[in-house]
Amino acid sequence: MSATAWIILWGAVATYLTRIGGHLVLSRFERVHPRVEAALNAVPAAVLTTLVAPAALTAGPVELVALAVAGLMSLRFGMLQLFLVSAAVLIVGRQIFG
Amino acid sequence: MSVEATPEGATQPTTASEFLAGAKLGFPVVVASAPFAFLFGALAAKNGFTVAEATLMSATIFGGASQMVGIDLFGQKIAPWLVVLSIFAVNFRHVLYSASIGRTLSHWPVLHQAIGYFFLTDPQFAEVERKAEKGLPVTFAWYAGMGVTIYVPWVIESGLGAYFGNLIPDPHAIGMDFLLPIYFFGLVMSFRSRANWLPVVIVSGIASIIAYKTVGSPWHVSIGAAAGIALATMLPIRNGQASRP
Repeated sequence: MSATAWIILWGAVATYLTRIGGHLVLSRFERVHPRVEAALNAVPAAVLTTLVAPAALTAGPVELVALAVAGLMSLRFGMLQLFLVSAAVLIVGRQIFG
Repeated sequence: MSVEATPEGATQPTTASEFLAGAKLGFPVVVASAPFAFLFGALAAKNGFTVAEATLMSATIFGGASQMVGIDLFGQKIAPWLVVLSIFAVNFRHVLYSASIGRTLSHWPVLHQAIGYFFLTDPQFAEVERKAEKGLPVTFAWYAGMGVTIYVPWVIESGLGAYFGNLIPDPHAIGMDFLLPIYFFGLVMSFRSRANWLPVVIVSGIASIIAYKTVGSPWHVSIGAAAGIALATMLPIRNGQASRP
C-alpha cells in the first residue's frame, strides 16, 4: 500500500475518533450536570454559526441578499425549499451582477 | 423499530418509510456538497493523488473541509503525522456533536451506534438534533437514509472529480463558495427556539470572526464554538431546559 493511502487511513481513524469520542467520554458519566446539558444544547447554534460568520463578513451584496432570503424562508419553509430558493437567488444574482 | 405515532397521528413509520424520510433530508446536502466533491477530486489529482486514493479519502474520512486541508498539506510535502493532525484538528468539532447526539442515539444496538457515528457530518448532526427537539424518535433507518444519501454521491463525485480533473467551468458563477454558508445559515435559524439561541449565535459569530482574522482557519471553528458554549453554561438555566423531550 502506498504512503498516501496510509496517511488517508490514519486521517480516517483520527476523524472517526472525533465522531465517536464525545459520546464515549460523556457516556462514562451517569448524570449530566444541568450546565453541561446547557452547553450541549448550545452546540448546534455555536458550531454552525462559526461555519457561516466569516463567510458572511466577507460577502458581497448578492451573497447577503441570498442569506437574507434564507433567513426569511426559515420562518415558514423547510430546509429543502429554503436551500433551493436561496441558492437560485445567489446563482441568478451572480450571473446578473457578476 | 419504534412504533410511536407521528405528530400527524396517522401511520406508524416502517423501516422503508423512515429510510426515505431520511434520504429526503439528505437531498439538499447532496446538491450543496456536489461541487465540493468534484473540486476535492480535481485538487487531489493535482496534488499527486491517484483516482483510487482520492476516492479512498472520501470513502474513509467523509469530511469535506478536512479532506481539502489534507490534500493541500500533502501537496506541500508536509510531514505525514502533521497532515493527520491537521485532519484531526479540522474535524475536532465532531467531538461536540458526538457528545450531544449520544444522548439521542444511546438506545440503539452498539453496532448501529458504531456505524452511525461514522456518518456524523454537520447536516446529519443538525437534523438529528432537530428531530430529537421535536420529541420524534430517531431511528437507525432514518439516520442511515440520510447518511447513505449523502455518502454515496460524495464518494462517487470525488472519484469523478479526480478522473476528469478540471471539469468545473467556473466555480464562482455556480455559487460554489457560498452554497454551504447558506445551507448552514438555514440550519442555524432552525434552532432559534432553543434556550439562549440568540446570545450564543452572536457570541460564537463574533468570536469566530475575530479568531478567523487573528489565529486563522480552521481554528476559528473551535474557538468560536467554545465561546458560544461557554456563554451557554454561564447564562441562567431556564426551567425545564435541562431535560430534553
